[in-house]
Amino acid sequence: MDVEILSRIQFAFTVAFHYIYPPLSIGLGLILVIFESLYIKTGNKEYEALTRFWIKIFALTFGIGVATGIVMEFEFGTNWATYSKYVGDIFGSALAAEGIFAFALESGFLGVLLFGWNRVKSWVHLVSTIGVFFGSMFSAVWIVIANSWQQTPAGYHIVGEGLNARAEITDFWEMVFNPSTVDRLTHVWLGAFLAGAFLVLSVHAYYILKGRFVEISKKAFKIALIVATVFSLGQLLTGHHSADGVAVNQPAKLAALEGHYEASAPADMYLFGWVDQENEEVTGIGIPGGLSFLIHQDFDEPVTGLDAFAKEDQPGQVNAVFQFYHLMVAIGITLILLSVGGTLLYWKGQLFNKKWLMTIFMFSVLLPQLANQFGWYAAEMGRQPWVVYGLLRTSDALSVVVQANQVLFSLIVFTLVYVLLFTLFIYLLNKKIQHGPYDDHEDEGYSLQHDMADLIANQK
Amino acid sequence: METFLGLDYPTLWFLVVGGLFSGYAILDGFDFGAGAWHLFFKEENDRRIALNAVGPVWDGNEVWLVIAGGALFAGFPVLYASLFSGMYLPFMLFLVFIIFRAVSIEFRGKEPMKWWRRMWDISYSISSIMLAFLLGVVLGNVLQGLPINENHEYTGGPLLDFLNPYAIMVGITTLALFMAHGAIYLLMKTEGKLYAHIAILLKKGMIFFMVTFGITSLYTLLYIPHLSDSFRDSPALFVVPLAVFLSIANVPRLASKKKYQQAFIFTSLTAALLLVLVAIELYPTLLISTTDPENNITIYNAASSEKSLGIMLTIAAIGAPLVLFYTAFVYKTFRGKVKIDETSY
Repeated sequence: MDVEILSRIQFAFTVAFHYIYPPLSIGLGLILVIFESLYIKTGNKEYEALTRFWIKIFALTFGIGVATGIVMEFEFGTNWATYSKYVGDIFGSALAAEGIFAFALESGFLGVLLFGWNRVKSWVHLVSTIGVFFGSMFSAVWIVIANSWQQTPAGYHIVGEGLNARAEITDFWEMVFNPSTVDRLTHVWLGAFLAGAFLVLSVHAYYILKGRFVEISKKAFKIALIVATVFSLGQLLTGHHSADGVAVNQPAKLAALEGHYEASAPADMYLFGWVDQENEEVTGIGIPGGLSFLIHQDFDEPVTGLDAFAKEDQPGQVNAVFQFYHLMVAIGITLILLSVGGTLLYWKGQLFNKKWLMTIFMFSVLLPQLANQFGWYAAEMGRQPWVVYGLLRTSDALSVVVQANQVLFSLIVFTLVYVLLFTLFIYLLNKKIQHGPYDDHEDEGYSLQHDMADLIANQK
Repeated sequence: METFLGLDYPTLWFLVVGGLFSGYAILDGFDFGAGAWHLFFKEENDRRIALNAVGPVWDGNEVWLVIAGGALFAGFPVLYASLFSGMYLPFMLFLVFIIFRAVSIEFRGKEPMKWWRRMWDISYSISSIMLAFLLGVVLGNVLQGLPINENHEYTGGPLLDFLNPYAIMVGITTLALFMAHGAIYLLMKTEGKLYAHIAILLKKGMIFFMVTFGITSLYTLLYIPHLSDSFRDSPALFVVPLAVFLSIANVPRLASKKKYQQAFIFTSLTAALLLVLVAIELYPTLLISTTDPENNITIYNAASSEKSLGIMLTIAAIGAPLVLFYTAFVYKTFRGKVKIDETSY
């Protein structure tokens, strides 16, 4: 294999792995702010226990997020040197701002969040929790700005030619608010909130099914369910806006999302299907003219197809882009059905008796994670063959001096290390979940009391 | 060219990046140093205390690496691209150790089994040692220069070329400095028998540092003559190496009086002054090309546009007080000796 494909695999693998964790930090951050605010407002010990329990799980995700995040920053320089030179002038200020405004806020207060429970006043602790949550939200801001600039470059001009060409910033705010930033940022934030909310739903559904910590779990479940409902519906809106933006700014990507080839014709929208890239055909079930309607509110309006672009400017993996996009949408709709259905049943007071539904909730943690991953795959593969849309090709962005065997070596090492890391993560997460939301020593009696109360409640 | 306080933007950004790397060396320096001593502590409780001394802060310290790396990328993308792609394998090793160290700290206390804790103790200590050493190796190579062609691309070998005697010496010296620095940090955080034990270790650590520092200095003067050019041109700069020696000499003096907080200030100052020395030796070059001085990477041919540097200087000016505020807040919250409680590692 050549350097390009190896470097792409390595970057895709390391960033996909990394992206398991930041959404959890953002999403759990929101949940922690809610739990801790409720604790301080009501003084209810159950909210204290929930806050402390979820801080422990938050810590687990955060540590891995930091370590795997440093890898991403370094890889720009190690594997994508030409890209780094090309975008440094623009990407740099976003990255510097992320470090200074977001990451420092996040990690500064993290120490207090994790270890400060007995050292600072409770409101100072809450402020730290909020600080960490805002820090993680800001991180997303700058990272998404940088990535959105790669999708829809703005506020720049090109200086130099050939190997020495690079983009230079002409207008900071135009770069920051490039055409896709706002839509993509809201979409990413909501995806992160859903990742956090569904982890909480999943763990507490498990407790409720097992008859452990039932009362406290119902409280947590209710809060997470509200978060999940609000943001899964909201995601419909941000997703639609994102798609509209793609139609205007990245027509080749839009065409790939639905496998639409004809240069100028009404485009269909598929529920599912399969793209035959050779014959430029899609087999599947869909709404004729659906994409035209979505974009132009008219079933007959033509949409630019892939054939309008030279072969070398089309995404290489149209079927993969199509599949990832459709899976993301399907999962998004499932999340809406699940959370809205759950809320209705909760309202009727029937939710927690429905074993089958609680079992689905227990496994539902995987859904937002998969949707986040698939959404990014579609976004990044759909941008190909460009690393910076319309300006710099991925194949031109490599480090000239790095050889295939070096990348192969680092890829193998990362694979081994990350498999180990993920195994440990799952093992420790499971251990914390089995242990439950109460501390060992002084709270043992308390926890036992609760289990007894649950037992009695269940028998009634 | 636009200037501020009489300095052009690339020079100002050079100072920002230098300041960030100094901050990083001081902060992650003590927690790498503390980690390097870890296996010298034999009791389980001592190891827990030593680990929890860095527990609340190591994460924030590592942020300085992200920020300093980001600043280098942002301000001098040409250097970032050349150095990181050229030193591909050393940087990959660095990343692997960064991950292992983070994982060791996080996971060590999660299981009570002896083998489990021992495994993470070893991994924590070795990765701390290797990270300090690799930082020094990178610095040593930058000081010597690398074979760089006219496109600012590295043309040497992938790994063994970086492990030359000079880079190894700088690596060991960096480790020694961090170990002394880390021992002093631990002395501020411990009491009783462990404290007495570390006080003895610090003496050995200081001797280790002074010997390696002496050898490296001599090596630099004799074999890397280009690094002394700046001092030949403006002898007034000799005040900096003088300050380094005074700063180092203060450490054993204060340590013998058990004034560890002040000693910590002087090991921090030593780390910062050594980087000032590096900055003086290099400026305005960032990376010397050993093949042709025409190919040197300087702050001018590597810099981002004036516009971009101006924006980033504004960001830094707004952000720096905030970062200092959080950092001070965290250190104030966790000042004093380590107390193990249920939130500890």
